[in-house]
Amino acid sequence: MGTKNTKRYKDRHERKEMIFRGILYLSSVGILLLLIGFFVSLPLDAFESIRKFGIGFAFTRIWDPVAGNFGALVFIVGTLVTSCIALVLSIPFSISIALFLGEYFREGIVSTFLKSAVELLAGIPSIIYGFWGIFVLVPIVIDLEMKLMVINDRILPYGVGILTASVVLTVMIIPYSASIAREVITLVPTDLKEAAYSLGATRFEVIRRVVLPAARSGIIAGIVLSLGRALGETMAITMLIGNANRLPDKLLSLANIFVPINTMASVIANEFAEATDSLHRSSLIYVGLLLFLITMVINITGRYIIKKTSVSIDE
Amino acid sequence: MKRIFLMVCLASLVVLLAGTGCVGENKLLGAGATFPQPLYSKMFDAYYNQFKIKINYQGIGSGAGIEQLTKKTVDFGATDSFMTDEDLKNAAAEIIHVPIALGAVSVTYNLPTNPQIRLSRDILASIFLGTISQWDDEAIAALNADIDLPALPITIVHRSDGSGTTAIFTEYLSKISPEWATTVGRGKEVSWPAGLGAKGNPGVAGQIKQIPGSIGYVELIYALENEMPIAEIQNKKGNYVMPSLESTKLSADVPVPDDTRVLLADTDSEQGYPITGLTWVIVYREQSYDGRSQDKAKSLVDLLWWMTHEGQDYCEPLKYAPIPESVVDKAAKIIKSMTYEGVPIMQ
Repeated sequence: MGTKNTKRYKDRHERKEMIFRGILYLSSVGILLLLIGFFVSLPLDAFESIRKFGIGFAFTRIWDPVAGNFGALVFIVGTLVTSCIALVLSIPFSISIALFLGEYFREGIVSTFLKSAVELLAGIPSIIYGFWGIFVLVPIVIDLEMKLMVINDRILPYGVGILTASVVLTVMIIPYSASIAREVITLVPTDLKEAAYSLGATRFEVIRRVVLPAARSGIIAGIVLSLGRALGETMAITMLIGNANRLPDKLLSLANIFVPINTMASVIANEFAEATDSLHRSSLIYVGLLLFLITMVINITGRYIIKKTSVSIDE
Repeated sequence: MKRIFLMVCLASLVVLLAGTGCVGENKLLGAGATFPQPLYSKMFDAYYNQFKIKINYQGIGSGAGIEQLTKKTVDFGATDSFMTDEDLKNAAAEIIHVPIALGAVSVTYNLPTNPQIRLSRDILASIFLGTISQWDDEAIAALNADIDLPALPITIVHRSDGSGTTAIFTEYLSKISPEWATTVGRGKEVSWPAGLGAKGNPGVAGQIKQIPGSIGYVELIYALENEMPIAEIQNKKGNYVMPSLESTKLSADVPVPDDTRVLLADTDSEQGYPITGLTWVIVYREQSYDGRSQDKAKSLVDLLWWMTHEGQDYCEPLKYAPIPESVVDKAAKIIKSMTYEGVPIMQ
């Protein structure tokens, strides 16, 4: 009787164990299948465009749905330029925030408050950032452009454009790089820092020579992650980029910072719903495929950089 | 555990039954253009109150409406730009267009104190081509002599998303300017030579309100509701016409082909506003496809008849232009041509 019960008990537990393991396997395989699905379905749906335009698609600046001529150069440039400007602008801010929270004010009300504020910034829906950009930033930029118009006649009072989009993008990606950098900075062993202090180093010297080098890989990881977010950002950018599917005439001019352009994610969001022509549709999917590839390449390079730059703390 | 399972089963059964109950004969499903959606919602609501027939309409865009009808997932589609001959040829069966209402596209702008301006055909085309780039340009000044035009650059704001509004507007530009027709062309999305894009009517309107010296186009309804400045446009007969429900309606009072698939832009009408277009409901002429019942076909025909006749009263309160008599007659003929197993549904 007793052994029978024990056996049943054991069976039931084994079954539970198996179900649990099954769920785990299923979810991981599911994710993998999803990724493979992307890899298969994107090129398949973009096939018509790939066959017609080939790799030259990425280097052609014409996007003409009427004539059926498509090229993604404008959108690739728009995406990379806005993301890179945002990245450069965000680095000083995110590292400062990370040092402040990870090194100077680790605990206490101020720190808790600031920490949740930064995290909240990451949780704000992107359309809210778009609104903020339109109602707050755009009037400021228009004012600026009206003043600069006199100096450079290539500047028009658009309000929207590369600069506006990049600034909003900067604010959007700061929380990502800042919170990862903060976490890595708090992980720098106290022994290391105390050793430096005991040798007479000042706080700034400790940060420069000990904390930042030790946390370097984590900080870079945060930046790469935020770049990934910047590349794919759609809603806020669509509202602020100006959606002009063309490149400025003179490419190397500082006035171009005010020019409206378009990004890969934004053109897809704008045009997909009414793209009834199959070549147009497959070209948009081709743009999506390129965005996917660019994001992937950046992620892989990021990983590589992290591996190269990581300083082993144990040594 | 078992009890819960049973309850879930029972609940899903109830939902399933309720679901099938809804898809009975007193319900029709439609999808398509967003432009007439407010009008259709109002019409269908009134129709339900009167005849107890529920019509579910989804404003998913003209292109998607055509796609849904060709896939036969809806009873009717709706579109602002008619299906091309090639589209019709590719469809599984003959599709007919029933005109319901008229829309107009207004040219709106942002100038200090917003004076009433008028634009000739040449000037309008030159502005959007980017060849006239200043408000104090001689041509504009000569036409608007009583206005003090500022020395502002002209910023063009256009739609960034695919839209029937853009299709009507570029159709008009193509008709008045050979240069536009060859370099840019007509369509829901075109390659704009100048300016910036914004999403939807609200997006364009918002940008225009923000940028001094901007000009753009929005649906007339939208401009009227938001009390935006609207330009008088020169029509084919040389008259400067302010867009209104009346001048929009007049634009369709011209000889229209029997299938009503016509581009109204640049109308021949004397006092008609030149930037207008029809919006259609599209259905299959032969209604006995996919095992549809005769009752369903009958209720669809009744609905279309009502929309083109009694239902027209709902247009003006919502600031849509109703179709003129001559077009109503054409619509009636089209509806009467609908059949069920080869027999006309309406006698």
